[in-house]
Parts: sequence; structure tokens; C-alpha cells
Amino acid sequence: MCIGFPGKVLTIEDNFAVIDVNGVRREACLDLVDEEVAIGDYVLCHAGYAIHRMDETVALEKLEFLRELIKNEIY
Amino acid sequence: MKFIDEYRDPDLIRGLLKRIEETLRNIGRPVSVMEVCGTHTMAIGRFGLRNLLPPELCLVSGPGCPVCVTAIEDVDRALYLAGRERVLFATFGDMLRVPGTKGATLQKLRAAGADIRVVLSSLDVLALAKGNGAREVVFMGIGFETTAPTTASLILRARERKLDNLTIFSVHKVIPPAMKALVEDPELNIDGFLCPGHVSTIIGSGPYDFLPEKAGASAVITGFEPADILEGILMILRQIETGKRKVEIQYTRAVNPEGNPRATAIMEKVFEPGPARWRGLGDIAGSGLLIREPYGTLDAARRFTFPEMTSEEIRGCSCGAILRGAKQPPQCPLFRIRCNPRNPLGPCMVSSEGTCAAYYRYGGETA
Repeated sequence: MCIGFPGKVLTIEDNFAVIDVNGVRREACLDLVDEEVAIGDYVLCHAGYAIHRMDETVALEKLEFLRELIKNEIY
Repeated sequence: MKFIDEYRDPDLIRGLLKRIEETLRNIGRPVSVMEVCGTHTMAIGRFGLRNLLPPELCLVSGPGCPVCVTAIEDVDRALYLAGRERVLFATFGDMLRVPGTKGATLQKLRAAGADIRVVLSSLDVLALAKGNGAREVVFMGIGFETTAPTTASLILRARERKLDNLTIFSVHKVIPPAMKALVEDPELNIDGFLCPGHVSTIIGSGPYDFLPEKAGASAVITGFEPADILEGILMILRQIETGKRKVEIQYTRAVNPEGNPRATAIMEKVFEPGPARWRGLGDIAGSGLLIREPYGTLDAARRFTFPEMTSEEIRGCSCGAILRGAKQPPQCPLFRIRCNPRNPLGPCMVSSEGTCAAYYRYGGETA
């Protein structure tokens, strides 16, 4: 039940965002999200609500870190 | 899709599996890891991870499926509310087929004429209450910390709009007290926990501190893609290898150590901790979310008086032991033959993310 999925914010009106989830448009309420959300941001959505603004830099760093470690076999 | 596809990269998966094998070899003994969250259970089944991992690594499913851990008494109360005249009962789809006493379900009740609606979001309930002014709309709020703030937000919005035909039947629960109960169980020997990713988006990493400190267990907050889960496992193994037990976050793209203060503040404004009964785990103090007094008029438990009910567990069903990690689904005498997704007897087979449903659908008997 705790399924969440990332979506890209297309528009924001009245504290509701329209997000793009893999080509499908959905509405997400911004009542619960802790940070300022802007158009173009990715948010993690659960049951009609955005619950987290996803940080692309953090995500990319993580992937880079994993690939590096596996490549160099030092993990 | 961004933030998903990268974590399904076969090279990354192969690399992680190799590291896991090596680290396990260094540890030199079998290791058992519990995935607490039902969404993890499904992901592990769906991506066939049990068959890819070495046999020395035992993955045990935990109590993280909200529908599965809902006590039979609460299911019976939901059935009572949904069956009342003038009531329009709304809840998430997973609840519909969960059996109460004598196999009664919301689905059967609906077939018999009760007005029961499936919603995808608590916000749908606002529209239902507004559009059905002459009806008593009851929303069954179910779920852990990921979902509870969405019900809290519904309650705040309902109060703001002065909706007086809406009440909330809260069976919301919080995860850390249940994990505390689990580590106190001497039957269960868990080396490390894959902590639920999206619950932790809300609560952060602090509430798991007792795992390394009190129980000597590793705790890694983990995401839901294959690379996430394997890295989470690897992080637990590294903690065992180095002897340094701690709480770590694997799922950094969705979890901050401090969680989501705005969501927790809204949740705390509306709910207060109270006792709750869990299927399989029994009564756990402070694990339930009760609606606070200022919002009492929106509380179904205050608006309606429940009659004396005698609830009966499903005979022969092992869901309780499975939710505690004490049994695996194939060890249940009903599994597959008498209890299957077409004719589910217990909640772990009913819910799409129940452990039995995951085992039935994706195999895993060899684990």
C-alpha cells in the first residue's frame, strides 16, 4: 500500500500540481510536501499527494557511486 | 522512466549480486534479513530476487502490509459501519476482499446492496461527502505513516469546509512499535532489517535507532527497485562484516534523515498515538493513530456506537505467524490448494502485496 512513484511537475494551481508519470497526467496535492516545488521538479507521489521533492543531484551521485564501486570492485 | 529505469540496469544488478556473494562468503555464516514493507515483498517476488540471491541469505517477510495486519475485530467493525443504512462507505481497494468473521467481506456486502466505494486518494472522499449531503460518508483510513498524513490532510480540509456528513474510521498504524515487538520475539532471529522506504520518507531515520542500539540489528532504509533492494542487502552485510551496526539510508533520493517535518506535523496535529491490535502481533501500545479530541466530530469511532461483536479468526490460516516472520507461506496447510488468489481465505493472500499473494504469484518456495 505504500507504493509511491516519481512524477514531473507540469503545472501548479491552488496547491495542486499536474504531474507527468511516464506519459500519464495525474493530479497531486502539495499539502504534505516539505519543500518548495517548482515546475519541472520531480516529486514522489502517494495516494494523490506529493510527499517528497526528489533531488536529481542526489540520485545521480548515488548511481555514479554504485557504478564506480562495482567497476573498481571495492564495494 | 527517470528515477526508475536506472535502478533496473542489468550490469548494476550483476555487480551488486557478485558483491553480495563475496561479502556473505567473508561473513561465513547464513544471514537473515527481514523486509518489513509489503511493497518490498512484492518487488522481491516480481524481480525474482530470491532466486538470484545465494541460499545463505534468508529473506523473511515482515508485517508491512496494512490490510494484512488489520485485526479481524477492525474488519468486523468496518463491515458493521458499511452495512448501516444511509452510510456511504469509502476505502482503498485492497480492503474490499479482506475477510472478517465467517468470511464476510466488504465486496460481498456491496453485492448485497451496501454503498461501498473504492477511492484512490483521501481527496476523493471530499468530493463524495460534498456530492452526497444526505448520506453519512464514512472513510476507512488505513495504512502506515506514508498514508496517515493523507488522511490527516483530509480531516483538516473537511474541518475547513465544515463538512458534517463525513467521519473517518481510523485503523492507521505506525511501524516502529511493531518492529520493536518483533525484535523482542525470541523465536525470530533477524540480523538486519530492510526498513520501509516510503514510511521513512515521512518519519526519517531516527525512529529506527533502537534497532542497532537495543537489538544489535542492522537497519537500512531501502528503495523499491532491484538495485535499491540489493544495495540495501549489501549495506546490511557490510555492517555485519565490519561489526558496526547502525541505521543507514540507501534510498537517499526519497528519504532525508529528518523525514518530512511538514507531513509529520500535520499527522501529529490530527492523530495521537494509542493502542492498536495487529493481526499476528497482538496489541501493541502506541502503535495506533487515534483522532484527537478537537477533531472528534469527524471520528467514526465517536459518532457511531459499535455493538458487542464476537470476532472469529479464520480457521487454519497461518497469516499471524507469517506476519511475524515465524512461518513462510508454503508452511501453511491451506497455501495454494485451499487458499489462493481466486479463493483467498486469509488477508495475506487477499492483498496484492500480501506475503502469500507474492509467494503464490512469483514462487519462492525454494527460499
